[in-house]
Amino acid sequence: MYSSEDLGYMIKGLISYEVGGQTLWITTTHVSQLIITIVLIIVAFAVRNRMKKAEEVPGTFQCLCEAVVEMLDNMVITNMGARGRKYCNYIITLFIFILVSNIGGVFGLRSPTADYGVTLMLALVTFVLIHYNGIRHQKLEYWKGYLDPFPVFLPVNIISEFATPVSLSLRLFANMVSGTLIMALWYGLMPLLFKLGLPAALHVYFDLFSGAIQTYVFCMLTMIFVSQRFPEE
Amino acid sequence: MNISGQDLIYACSAIGAGIALIAGVGPGIGQGYAAGKGAEAVGRNPGAKGDVMTTMLLGQAVAETTGLYGLVVAIILMFVHPFG
Repeated sequence: MYSSEDLGYMIKGLISYEVGGQTLWITTTHVSQLIITIVLIIVAFAVRNRMKKAEEVPGTFQCLCEAVVEMLDNMVITNMGARGRKYCNYIITLFIFILVSNIGGVFGLRSPTADYGVTLMLALVTFVLIHYNGIRHQKLEYWKGYLDPFPVFLPVNIISEFATPVSLSLRLFANMVSGTLIMALWYGLMPLLFKLGLPAALHVYFDLFSGAIQTYVFCMLTMIFVSQRFPEE
Repeated sequence: MNISGQDLIYACSAIGAGIALIAGVGPGIGQGYAAGKGAEAVGRNPGAKGDVMTTMLLGQAVAETTGLYGLVVAIILMFVHPFG
């Protein structure tokens, strides 16, 4: 009989500390998130240094950076319209962070996105953006939307507003945790022969394919929800 | 054989987790339908393959959510043991 401690998919507490009588933990999620953040910052500085002396005829690295930024910029603008330009920075940051987090499973990190705390926070940022835009741009229509189609529907509408971040975060979380879980089960339960080579195919599907699709879906839904609250042109 | 209350709770949690995964039927049908329609669309208009592919994958990923709720419930029942 295997218990959940034998398989390495649980979030493990590493260092505990106390705040106001509550015991809190620095977990594997924090560590892998920190590693990912530091790597991203280093890459960002490398790109910045390279772009400072950008050339007329771009080299390989410059070409790559320009292609990535251009692709993501286009994605944001086609989905959010011209008004979405000021959200480019946020969406691109979100995209790169979630993508690298999801792919982290390949490098032996425990994906930070396989922790509900991380995805819930990302979804709550989306939630705040949605309602900020709603209150700011739609004004009266926004408040009227809660009484649609009849005033009796007020509680239903409020619940459906709160369902948005929950479903957004659970989607990403459940996808990543299912990948992590299946990989852990495979590594934990299979005989040694099957642990060589074969898991590569599973990693490609669960970490790379699923991770990339879910990143795209999360960003896409964020853009769609936020741009719905923009005023009519 | 002695079965303690704790064992019974674990056994029932495992059965519950199995039942929760019936939720996987719905997304399976939905995703298959979307893939079929996608194939149809590509067959009718091969030039739009990229757009069809993106839309199809986005729709499928969203349709998957309900199945994943079942998965979350199953994982909680199996590993978090909320009742024991």
